[in-house]
Amino acid sequence: MHRSLIARFRQGHRTHRYPKSPPTLPDLFQGLPVFSKSDCIPDCHLCSDCCPTDAISFSAGSFSLDMGRCLFCGLCQEACPTSALTFSHDYRLSTSSRKGLIISESNANKALLVESANRIFRRSLKLRQVSAAGCNACEADTNVLGTLTFDLGRFGIQFVASPRHADGILVTGPVSQNMKLALQKTLDAVPSPKLVIAVGACAISGGPFKDHEEVNNGISDMFPVDLYVPGCPPNPWTILDGLLRLIGIKTPA
Amino acid sequence: MNLTPQKNAIAVSLKDVPQLAIDTFRTKAIELANNGGLVLSFFGTPKDDQVAIYCAIGTPANSEIFVFYTVVSSTYEALTPHAPQFHWFERELAEQWAIIPTGHPWLKPIRFLQTAYNGKNILSPDAPIQPGVTDYFRMSGLEPHEVAVGPVHAGIIEPGHFRFQCHGEDVFHLEIELGYQHRGIEKKLVGGPDTRTPFYIETLAGDSTIAHTIAYTQAIEALYNIDVPERATYISAIALELERLANHTGDLGALAGDIGYLPTLSFNGRIRGDYLNMTGLLCGNRFGRNLIRPGGVRFDVSKSKVDELKKRLATIYRDTQISCDLLWATPSVMARFENTGVIAQKDGIALGWVGPTARSVGIDTDARTHFPFGVYKTLQIPVATQTGGDVYSRAKIRWNEIEFSKSFIEQALDNLPEGPIDILMSEPIKHAPAPEQLVVSLTEGWRGLVCHTIVTDKSGKFDVYKVIDPSFHNWFALSMALRNEQISDFPLCNKSFNLSYCGHDL
Repeated sequence: MHRSLIARFRQGHRTHRYPKSPPTLPDLFQGLPVFSKSDCIPDCHLCSDCCPTDAISFSAGSFSLDMGRCLFCGLCQEACPTSALTFSHDYRLSTSSRKGLIISESNANKALLVESANRIFRRSLKLRQVSAAGCNACEADTNVLGTLTFDLGRFGIQFVASPRHADGILVTGPVSQNMKLALQKTLDAVPSPKLVIAVGACAISGGPFKDHEEVNNGISDMFPVDLYVPGCPPNPWTILDGLLRLIGIKTPA
Repeated sequence: MNLTPQKNAIAVSLKDVPQLAIDTFRTKAIELANNGGLVLSFFGTPKDDQVAIYCAIGTPANSEIFVFYTVVSSTYEALTPHAPQFHWFERELAEQWAIIPTGHPWLKPIRFLQTAYNGKNILSPDAPIQPGVTDYFRMSGLEPHEVAVGPVHAGIIEPGHFRFQCHGEDVFHLEIELGYQHRGIEKKLVGGPDTRTPFYIETLAGDSTIAHTIAYTQAIEALYNIDVPERATYISAIALELERLANHTGDLGALAGDIGYLPTLSFNGRIRGDYLNMTGLLCGNRFGRNLIRPGGVRFDVSKSKVDELKKRLATIYRDTQISCDLLWATPSVMARFENTGVIAQKDGIALGWVGPTARSVGIDTDARTHFPFGVYKTLQIPVATQTGGDVYSRAKIRWNEIEFSKSFIEQALDNLPEGPIDILMSEPIKHAPAPEQLVVSLTEGWRGLVCHTIVTDKSGKFDVYKVIDPSFHNWFALSMALRNEQISDFPLCNKSFNLSYCGHDL
């Protein structure tokens, strides 16, 4: 007993002051992509040529980057000769709409919007997590929110064991054909009103596994989604920011 | 006949890989597997109208790897009854290529593919394949009952289906059905390398990104026959050991959580994140994504980063030590760890277990020592072993490996050689690797031996890309651990192995 008390004392208080103070992120962290049309060389397309998931396109000559497909590998930033495309340090990437994830010439550098969910979830949100062919990276970065650094419980958000006890599901992975039925059954078992959250490029668009016959390109075409959290995997702060804004809590830039 | 041995991550011409008649192939495979050999890889690939079966067996005692193949049309006599190591491989072969190993004691799908890669379906010709729907080992009588768990589990974990045969609280046998995570990666790697290849590799098992990426890059580098700058091999080895530190720390915390000992659970959850953040310092991503590529690493470690890493490692390790020491000093923890989920060495040898699972029964195989690669050729790291085969042994091995990895990283940071971090691979990657070559590439991830085997075709593209994650070898160890155990100890036993679902399902 005394040993554990001494250990407790030596470990100290470790819960981050977020959202009162901003999160600490590594200097190489790749956040919100920033596009500058004036620097872009027309018909250069080096960025879209090296993108592993075809996230960048130039339909009718106009640039767009789909964060729902982006793996945040930074190859495009490296390829761009004029730094017209860069990744900023902004970790706040979540949106309420699939369209909102697309960075284009017209909406570049605008804040991403998350619409607050139904008021009844604001002080208590119970989620059931379903991994549907996720590689265990998104799962790990979601699970970590329960540790004392983030202490998700202080915001009234908790991951529960049964869908019957849940207000919604948080899905990771591209949804393999072998998991499709189990995922549908889990969502069906959640009482209404319910929320659906897609975490990671796979759950949003299929990620690197897009258009494999073994997967379903994520959940976007399966059911309505209330929150999209892009990344491969999203940083835990990115996921936490999305969840908090969903229940109407302001987060620092 | 005598076979010529290969070495880890050295490419050989396909002409030098001997084709054996099926009888010689069987004799040789069984002889090697039963005499200190570990089956590294065993897979099919189409050859004319038939299927070629490649077998790669490593002998850790002398760091040698033997590769040979045979060609069959539809059936052959199974190896499993004579060498149980092949049991999972032969099930995979039957599922992927519709080849029947006759006499296999328990032939059924391992991933529930809708059809074999060549469109055939021999394992369930009459009914559509559904995940988890198959024959199960069952007990009969009035008293026994069956417990089914999954695919969706009570927690943030990957899906799998577990079927327990119980008598009261006691488990007689546990059967594990996987395949829910199958994303068809191996099939898509064929014809590569292309822009997506490294991203497939990094997501084979997301928590073992570094281990798989090193296996991939050293295979590619072998095919191009290039040497990577020393500084790059140091940086990737540091990342590999950080991956081990993070996951072992997390596992020890989770083991404490499964027996309701909350101090270590809470501390280690936080500390695990601190190790991941050290990887984040190397490349911006906590799992080491985008760090390692063929030819070197993408980000250098500046002098100030070396100092920052050293400083953080000292503090975080101190916290890890305080937290984990509680486990060994608390009698109620030790009482639950000791003699729970016991597995036997003879089963480990027969079934070919790897990593901490094998080392918990005294099998000291570790690719860093026995098939050395990269920095490990010069900078040695001790192998931790135990003999008890219980949860305690697997926990203690993790702790010992945390100690060793910490010293290793300190040493590597102190001796980080100067020089470039990559050689320009952009030029050679545009034309394909050398044609008609075969390479077996091994690394030691935190779960154990990772094996990537590549065969290139006439134009140098991947004809076969075979991935064996350590979990592929080890899932059956969990079944063995549950025998005669109480069902309520399943979470604890499961966590003591902490195997990968997606690494198995690919």
